[in-house]
Amino acid sequence: MKIPFPYIFRNLWARKLTTLLTAGGMALVVFVFAAVLMLDAGLNKTMVGTGSYDNVLFIRKGSETEIQSGISRSQAALLESLAQVARGEDGHAMASKESLVLISLVKKGQDRGSNIVTRGLSASGFVLRPQVNIIQGRMFRAGSSEIIVGKSIHDEFDGVDIGQTLRFAQRDWVIVGVFDGGKSAFDSEVWGDVEQLMQAFRRIAYSSVLVKLSNSNGFESVTTAVENDIRLSLQGKREQIFYEDQSRALSIFITILGTVLSVIFSLGAMIGAAITMYSSVAMRTAEIGTLRALGFRQPSILVAFLTESLLLGLVGGLAGLFFASFLQVITVSTMNFQSFSQLAFGFFLTPKIIIQTLVFSLFMGFIGGFLPAVKASRMKIVDSLRAA
Amino acid sequence: MFYLKLIFKNVFRAKLRSSLTITGLVIAIMAFGLLQTVVDAWFAGANASSSSRLVTRNAISLVFPMPISYRERMKAIPGVKAVTVSNWFGGVYKEPKNFFPQFAVDQENFFDLYPEFILPADQLIAFKRDRQGAIVGRKLAEQFDWKIGDTVPIRGTIFPGTWQFRIRGIFDGKDSTTITRQFYFQWDYINEWMKKNLARRADQIGIFLIEVSDPSRSADIARAVDAEFKNSLAETLTETEKAFNLNFVSQMESIVMAIRIVSFVVIFIIMAVVANVMAMTARERLAEYATIKALGFSPGFVALLVVGEALTLSLIGAAIGILITLPIAAGFAASPAGAMFAVFNVSNDTILLQIACALTVGIVASLVPAWRSANMQIVDGLRHVG
Repeated sequence: MKIPFPYIFRNLWARKLTTLLTAGGMALVVFVFAAVLMLDAGLNKTMVGTGSYDNVLFIRKGSETEIQSGISRSQAALLESLAQVARGEDGHAMASKESLVLISLVKKGQDRGSNIVTRGLSASGFVLRPQVNIIQGRMFRAGSSEIIVGKSIHDEFDGVDIGQTLRFAQRDWVIVGVFDGGKSAFDSEVWGDVEQLMQAFRRIAYSSVLVKLSNSNGFESVTTAVENDIRLSLQGKREQIFYEDQSRALSIFITILGTVLSVIFSLGAMIGAAITMYSSVAMRTAEIGTLRALGFRQPSILVAFLTESLLLGLVGGLAGLFFASFLQVITVSTMNFQSFSQLAFGFFLTPKIIIQTLVFSLFMGFIGGFLPAVKASRMKIVDSLRAA
Repeated sequence: MFYLKLIFKNVFRAKLRSSLTITGLVIAIMAFGLLQTVVDAWFAGANASSSSRLVTRNAISLVFPMPISYRERMKAIPGVKAVTVSNWFGGVYKEPKNFFPQFAVDQENFFDLYPEFILPADQLIAFKRDRQGAIVGRKLAEQFDWKIGDTVPIRGTIFPGTWQFRIRGIFDGKDSTTITRQFYFQWDYINEWMKKNLARRADQIGIFLIEVSDPSRSADIARAVDAEFKNSLAETLTETEKAFNLNFVSQMESIVMAIRIVSFVVIFIIMAVVANVMAMTARERLAEYATIKALGFSPGFVALLVVGEALTLSLIGAAIGILITLPIAAGFAASPAGAMFAVFNVSNDTILLQIACALTVGIVASLVPAWRSANMQIVDGLRHVG
């Protein structure tokens, strides 16, 4: 015979302060656990959203990032002429030759500069990145010292409103627009005309070349063609994979740190649950004896106390998840060690994370409540009745 | 004495509960200490810097170099005692996960500017004589089991190709805050190659390190240096070594901030656990406390009894927690994962913070139960069945 659920529930309700404190401790652990998973999911979403599957990004062989790379004009021209590269309506290759530099801007509320990617590109760079839209002001004009800034830059840094100027490379660059990169890494970049930026920085080589494949399956054939051409000591990666790789170290860092923290913290919360359940058992000794005398069997008592503990975990889990879901409005901007520049990304709650978090909180409840429940179910009827 | 004895008896009355609570406290205090140490490790570079050194970099950002010819003009600025150069190499040793910082430096005087790196004189001479020579820090040498004379190949990411280095010396730190995880080699080695193969990028340097004769005039000298190169192709930004290193920390401020917040979250979690324990304990002992009051003890005595018990619990937990923080931190520092932190020492401040947290937990957790026990009516307490 099973012990009715309302009875179990009311036991938690009867000791509100204790239930609140125990569930509160678990909620904090769950909050940290969920926050870490959400941050990693947000980072992945940003990086995957940055690239398109059909685009291939070329950088110099041996370099790991666009900043370290260099591609000469003649190499870029060879890339453009490859057969696998898609042609636009005007017959020109859909390829964007880009130049990347880092400039230092000051974050709101800070007095030190942070490295910002400044990307020089031409009109085709926009065609290859349909997720990017101007949301304020206008595009920069080709051939002028005009720049546009990403949404995260605009929100988080000082002195980057439309009409203001940034001074670098002996020129004043006028900000004429703000663009939305659709929550991609481009939101953390400043864009300008590639030829102007290269002139100003006295560069003769591009940093990277982005091409669109005419056929989605053409990736192997285009990389083989580049591999076999001794004039091109370049390496190509699908744009999506390139950006995913760029944040790998940061992602691993977040995951390891978060897992270690969650494990240590959950030990504390499980001990809290165990203390609560032990005292719950101790205080209700006579009650347990009565239940047994009424004919409830040992397994029923075990299940009842375990259910109580699982409920405690569930309450903590739901509360932690509830508060963690508000994190989604926050954007974190930090340095990506690999690209040595600022990257803004948010917290992102996925169904998978909800399930993981709830399983985690039930697990804490189960472990914390298991031994006390066993103790409760093993009590001798006579002894426990006498305890009152 | 009698009071302390009573508290001790109370603490160990419910053995299971007390030992579980203390275990929880030990874990929390230890986790807090380790997280604080991680934050400290972030600032290791800034703390290890000297006030007599200035760093000059390109004003646009660190990735832009400056012409090496600036060096002579810097030397002429009053107050500048010596100038040396350093360039980030950013190479990969076997695999990217083996990351350690490599710098191309001026072999002639770089180590003169860094007296905190202790290097035997004969090793320094051997380094100066070998174009492919390298000097590595003790911690790095131990990590990869390098010995003097070993050849180390490093694949360049900024400078193309695979470069061979020969280890000519291993330096120790002056004290435990000195970072010994760097790899130094001759800047001439890469510059000679650049002159031959990539002439446009030759004779360019990442940063200049300036030793000033009078550290109190650092700010003026830094301004004088920047004024010297105003309106040139490569304008400079000069700051103290500490400010330069803090730039890296501030760029990752959100991570540091998150770790800081989380380290206090663990204290909150344990506070909830201890508060719960104290609430349960006090509730069970209401009749007892009523008896004590009926015997003539003041309400304050009862309150102190409850607070004292919570404080004893949390201080025992803190003591064990601190004692195990030290070996765990040392073990972590020696592990491969710990190698990513240049310095990983538990500071005295961290230990003081751990004690402060334990005291706070003890007091805050017992406030409500203490107030309740002190203010109950004796009659109600005596009537209470625990």
